[in-house]
Amino acid sequence: MATKARTRARKVNAASKQAETEQLRRVWETPRGWRYWTSVNNTQVGLWYGGAAFAFMLFAGVLALLMRVQLAVPGNDMMSADFYNQAFTLHGTVMMFLFAVPIFEAVAIFLLPPMLGARELPFPRLGAFGFWSFFIGGVFVCGSIFFDAAPSSGWFMYPPLATDKALSGIGADIWLLGLSFIEVASIAAAVELIVGIMKCRAPGMRVNLMPLFAWYLLIVAGMILFAFPPLIAGDLLFEMQRMFDWPFFDPARGGDPLLWQHLFWIFGHPEVYIIFLPAIALMAMIVPTFAQRPIVGYSWIVLAAVGTGFLSFGLWVHHMFTTGLPQISLAFFSAASEAVAIPTGVQIFVFIATMLAGRVIFSVPMLFGSGGIAIFVIGGLTGVMVALAPFDWQAHDTYFIVAHLHYVLIGGMLFPLVGGLYYYYPLIGARMLSMRLGRIAFWLMFTGFNVGFFPMHLTGLRGMPRRVFTYPQGIGWDWLNLVSTIGAFVFAAGVLVVVFDVLRPKKRQPRAVQNPWKAGTLEWLNEPEENWGVRSIPPVESRYPLWDQKGLAEEVNAGAWYLSDARDGRRETLISSVLDAEPVQCQRVAGPSVLPMLSAAFLGGVFIALTFELWVLALLSGLATLVAILWWLWTGTGEIPERKSRDVGLGLRLPLYISGPESVGWWAMFITMVGDGTAFASLIFGYFFYWTIHADFTAGQAGPGWWWPIAAAGLFLAAWTATMGALQLNATGRTAAMRLALALGALLALAATAAGLAGPWLHGMQPTVHVYPAIVWILVAWVLAHAAVGILMQLYCLARSLAGRLTPAHDMELHNVVLYWHFMTISAVIAFSVIGLFPEAM
Amino acid sequence: MRDIARRLAALSLCLHICGCSGVQSALDPAGEEAAHVAQLFWIMVVAGGLIWLAVVSLLSYASRGKRGRLDEQAAGRLIFWCGAAIPAFLLFLLLGYALWLMPGLRPFAPANASDALTVEVTGEQFWWRVAYHDPDTDTPVLSANEIRLPAGERVEFRLKSTDVIHSFWIPALGGKMDMIPGRVSRLSLLATKTGTYRGPCAEYCGTSHALMAFTVVVMEPSEFRQWLQARAGASPGAGSEGRDLFLAHGCGACHRVAGTEADGSVGPDLSHVGSRETLGAGILPNSEGTLRDFIAHPHVIKPDSKMPAFSMLPERDIGEIAAWLKGLE
Repeated sequence: MATKARTRARKVNAASKQAETEQLRRVWETPRGWRYWTSVNNTQVGLWYGGAAFAFMLFAGVLALLMRVQLAVPGNDMMSADFYNQAFTLHGTVMMFLFAVPIFEAVAIFLLPPMLGARELPFPRLGAFGFWSFFIGGVFVCGSIFFDAAPSSGWFMYPPLATDKALSGIGADIWLLGLSFIEVASIAAAVELIVGIMKCRAPGMRVNLMPLFAWYLLIVAGMILFAFPPLIAGDLLFEMQRMFDWPFFDPARGGDPLLWQHLFWIFGHPEVYIIFLPAIALMAMIVPTFAQRPIVGYSWIVLAAVGTGFLSFGLWVHHMFTTGLPQISLAFFSAASEAVAIPTGVQIFVFIATMLAGRVIFSVPMLFGSGGIAIFVIGGLTGVMVALAPFDWQAHDTYFIVAHLHYVLIGGMLFPLVGGLYYYYPLIGARMLSMRLGRIAFWLMFTGFNVGFFPMHLTGLRGMPRRVFTYPQGIGWDWLNLVSTIGAFVFAAGVLVVVFDVLRPKKRQPRAVQNPWKAGTLEWLNEPEENWGVRSIPPVESRYPLWDQKGLAEEVNAGAWYLSDARDGRRETLISSVLDAEPVQCQRVAGPSVLPMLSAAFLGGVFIALTFELWVLALLSGLATLVAILWWLWTGTGEIPERKSRDVGLGLRLPLYISGPESVGWWAMFITMVGDGTAFASLIFGYFFYWTIHADFTAGQAGPGWWWPIAAAGLFLAAWTATMGALQLNATGRTAAMRLALALGALLALAATAAGLAGPWLHGMQPTVHVYPAIVWILVAWVLAHAAVGILMQLYCLARSLAGRLTPAHDMELHNVVLYWHFMTISAVIAFSVIGLFPEAM
Repeated sequence: MRDIARRLAALSLCLHICGCSGVQSALDPAGEEAAHVAQLFWIMVVAGGLIWLAVVSLLSYASRGKRGRLDEQAAGRLIFWCGAAIPAFLLFLLLGYALWLMPGLRPFAPANASDALTVEVTGEQFWWRVAYHDPDTDTPVLSANEIRLPAGERVEFRLKSTDVIHSFWIPALGGKMDMIPGRVSRLSLLATKTGTYRGPCAEYCGTSHALMAFTVVVMEPSEFRQWLQARAGASPGAGSEGRDLFLAHGCGACHRVAGTEADGSVGPDLSHVGSRETLGAGILPNSEGTLRDFIAHPHVIKPDSKMPAFSMLPERDIGEIAAWLKGLE
């Protein structure tokens, strides 16, 4: 195959290739002027995302330095208690939600297309929407501290402190709503990344040939999908209590503060691995390059990463060892927490083994990588310690934990990330960063970090609790804290050197050569000036195609492979099958548009208006969001192409339109609904949680009865059947019958909604009286809100059909809506069976 | 005002009783659980240090340019043994040891609940309500912000909270236990060495979380019984003018002082406040001066404290009240 292409490359007319290049450049051109911000291309969005996340990190870092100044000496009164509490809450919140997770979404959005041999991720506008949501939400949350209104209840927001409006103020609402909004962005990015990795790989890049970075990001995005929804469900319960006094966490009315802790840590623990694994992924790209050989134990490391991902969901209780849970569950979670050290050990030894088996060139990225490992191993060892319940009883909520978590996150995440920045900067700025400055930065950061954080182990065991704005003299913490403060500033100086190195003008510096580190993976063929990912999409036969497929770089750059032109004047990328990466479609992807930004702004408006309890504005913003999204969908998706297929080069002809399980849209819906289903499962968990903690679960409150809930479930099943019928009827060309079925489905869903409301309504269930009516109402509300979306979808399909945009041969909307209805019906049946039958069965 | 703040900042946080380090240290154990955990910690530090040295040495050897190269099979063996097998074995041992410790450190059920001393502690923003339930006496002995324990006897703690989550922790005696509204947590501690220790609130509980601590005094059992007997009654007190002012200014609405009409239960019990080691929940030395400051400016000393400021009272009245309180021993 390679020889064939080479001969072809020689034969092609240089002039026509030049014309192709011009054509591609025109199609992928970044808009100028203010319209630059309407760009949706992964190169710009990735850069903005990364830049914003980095800026948020510096902001949270400044907060940390202020805290260190306050703690430098005992009894310091530089800061008020309240400001300190806002500062530490915001520091944790921003580092976790606005830096650690988004930075890797940014790196992935930026790197994945060229790495997978794609031109673009499948949903560029969704990516842009995610960025703008993140940015607006982030500025809102961070900005609050300038108005003395930042959240001050800790990044974990434990009720009742954070549910009590007198104790926590508007800051708690800013946290809950601002972060819910950002979580939406994270999930949007997760959907985009999962579909991108599964469906946009170059021909022949089977799953076992995928770059490790892609593997890791696939795992991490999957974890986001299961970890964030419980928090979103928790946020919903939390905000319902704050706004409308539904007593989910109020023990006086049957609630329990511990439910929040469960939901928060079911999210919070996987979150640590969501942050850590992508950094290991960067290491997995850097180490082979500098060891000058393929990674040793590819399947070991993939299995270890998958194992870490799975285990991370079974550890959350180790954040709750001191809440008085039964010792048997403490023992179980201690064991599970120890077990996660094993896959982590495997990953680290894969790197060491790869280095030992290769010839190592020790450059700045490796320096940060190995320094990171040296730090991270300490964090891992202290992690093994605190995983043991008896030791945790002492260490929990002390500076020992502060030390532990910073050793894990800075060693396991920040150092590899900076290593990755030095490694990949040529792809961003077309220049190399300074190796001299890199070394200076490393040693400042490494020394400063250890001087700052190592003493905290001792401070903590000498009894210093976390989250204290001051401490008394003479307990044995004085000099330890002073040393920590000095270390923190040295560390910050190192970070500053990195910032300077990135921002300093590099115009006079020579342009970096393509693939300066002689790496083996495709992303190095990307040129920073071009938006198109790779000039042409090559077939992949190896994990390190640039090492193993001789001449590939020249062929790709010469446009000798697939999709080397943009003859239809459209942005396109190849869609391939999930496992074997056989090309199945030439997908037209969206170009610049103001709609993602507008939709994000309107949706942000909803969350911000809710924070200030401006109900009318929230409603109007909600309507505007709906209109913007519908407009976006109507004009930007499901377009029927002017012809069936296109020649993508080398005699390969691919369809331009596909629907159902082969298409990217179907996968996006599937993945979104998995996340959505997880949030729903968390609410069901809440229902049974209350059942387990109360002898009399209903506390004498009226239930919804069984009749209306079962009627609702039945009607939803009927609506679902009608929707599936519509798909069949459309496929067989009976358009009129299809429209009738859709209308019937919508009517049935409406009736089901009414029946769903009737149960709790007619039995007079008052959600503010006790937690039992509240949890029943929230389940009903959840399902009915989804039903409303389901009805909108049915009507949307009807409208598309009437407008001639949905035909028997072009039915992707209908496929996706049916898929939505599968999930929607399952959750409706579960919810109504639980609320209707469970109390009866008891 | 600002002046007072500065004076207090300088003074408030110097704990003269806790002049030496170690009163709040998990590494200077004075109790059974703390001793076992400190031992566990030192074992893990040594083992962890060796592991870290081994990994980092291997890593720096691997970073060298000139050295022999491992073949693929040997590299695979290295991953298996060092990455998976050896860690699994070590973790298994460690986990076994820790799990074996657990039931002994925190017994599943109180050994003989009826004849053990039970101390009920309730976390409040930002102080501790204390009640001793001794099987020998009928009514509980009330106190606040200070806990006295007999050495060598297992004591049951019943831990509660009425407002937000707090966490009860005496590092020198053992690990912490959260106080969660709506729940009663149990903790059982066995102090082994007499002495004075300090415990902080370990769960973030609001603005003045940092200023919520308590003193722990571990006494010889016989001494402890005597002390508890004495605490069951009223303090003889000194002078009656301070008492009259205390009652006249309504302090009794929130505070209880045994033997007087003051019977409030919102704030800390002050029956024997003069004999406590510290003031303001473990943050001030106990003296007439600090008492005066606390009465006049509780929010300067402890932001968001529920106690109203009494700076509008004549300075003389405050002085009299403080003198009387200090005399309640």
